[in-house]
Amino acid sequence: MDVTLWGTRGSLASPGPQTAGYGGNTSCVEVRGADGQLLILDAGTGIRPLSATLGAELRRVDILLTHLHMDHIQGLGFFAGLYKPDLEVHVWGPPSTTLHLRDRLARYLSPPLFPVQMRDLPSRLMLHDVPLSDFEIEAMGIKASLVCHPGPTVGYRISENGKAVVYLPDHEPALGARRFPGDANWTSGFELAEEADLLIHDAQYTPEEYAEHIGWGHSSLPQALAFAAKAAAQEVVTFHHDPQHNDAMLDRMVEQARRAVKLPFTLVGGTEGATFAL
Amino acid sequence: MPQQPIELILTRQWASYLAVPVWVMGENGHLSYYNEPAEAVLGRRFDEAGEMPAEELATIFQTTREDGSRLNSESLPINIALLERRPAHLRHRFRGLDGQWRLVDVSAFPIEGQGGRHLGAVAIFWEVEPGTEG
Repeated sequence: MDVTLWGTRGSLASPGPQTAGYGGNTSCVEVRGADGQLLILDAGTGIRPLSATLGAELRRVDILLTHLHMDHIQGLGFFAGLYKPDLEVHVWGPPSTTLHLRDRLARYLSPPLFPVQMRDLPSRLMLHDVPLSDFEIEAMGIKASLVCHPGPTVGYRISENGKAVVYLPDHEPALGARRFPGDANWTSGFELAEEADLLIHDAQYTPEEYAEHIGWGHSSLPQALAFAAKAAAQEVVTFHHDPQHNDAMLDRMVEQARRAVKLPFTLVGGTEGATFAL
Repeated sequence: MPQQPIELILTRQWASYLAVPVWVMGENGHLSYYNEPAEAVLGRRFDEAGEMPAEELATIFQTTREDGSRLNSESLPINIALLERRPAHLRHRFRGLDGQWRLVDVSAFPIEGQGGRHLGAVAIFWEVEPGTEG
């Protein structure tokens, strides 16, 4: 299984020379199975450059959305696969009690916000409520669970050949916790992240910034690291970088975290283009 | 113990900040959590008591109607919320782990999660009369 980061920025695409190192595209991660299966985690603006790598032989792609905040779906209309008539595109998203996924996505993929209607897309588009349990896509094991973030939001654990990548791009497990991390079973996302080989986790804020954004659905870097240590993850990638954080700031945050305590895992600052082989 | 669903985690965290006694029951009928104000009503700290299965609860807590007559456990608001998946309210007497009888108003509601999952129930207690030795 190979994992490639195509967009690591949170909230808003933030291009420019100050963010070129970590990248300005919003959430999008490619997961390639051993047999070439393609899973795409979130459809932020990073999905547009990913599109350019789709091979002509590809017959199916699965896009797994964690939630429908704009920074996670904004690239969907620019995903080249949607315009290929011979491609089967499956989009999975968290269930809602009120509207089908198609209706919720159509709020964006329709005029006046977008010129093309979903029903006019030439690909064979199929939309699914993601099961809140274990299931399989093309022989890859998927586990989805609701996690702490405003609105229905899931995290994903994808397993193949005994290795697991866990994706929690928008996650505030410390919300309301008097001690964090506390009891594992009462910690949002723990079961997903437990003993992950690669954990891609929200680390949007500094502790000072988090104090001013409690309840916004994100973690500080120290909280993300504490969560990862509790879950005994092997390698941790910081993700959902704040649009206000330039490369120098993100380098400092990661370096300070490495120096502050002896980390029981490898810590990697999430940069666009980074790849991980599991 | 399995991972708790996010709806229950957030309910517990919400309850931990409230000044009124709150119980949180899991869908299996276990008392999953009660907050600090509930500790005063129940007469034991949650950290000491821990989670309790339904069978144990039935032997520990005694309840009667307001007039002291028998009250079936199926008529308790928390059980109606849990088993019938509807809200319920009742004034009744209740003896906690400290042996004190209290008159309480109890409101309970089911926790219905995303994807049609029934996850448990919440009961909120208002003490009408302070506890007396029973």
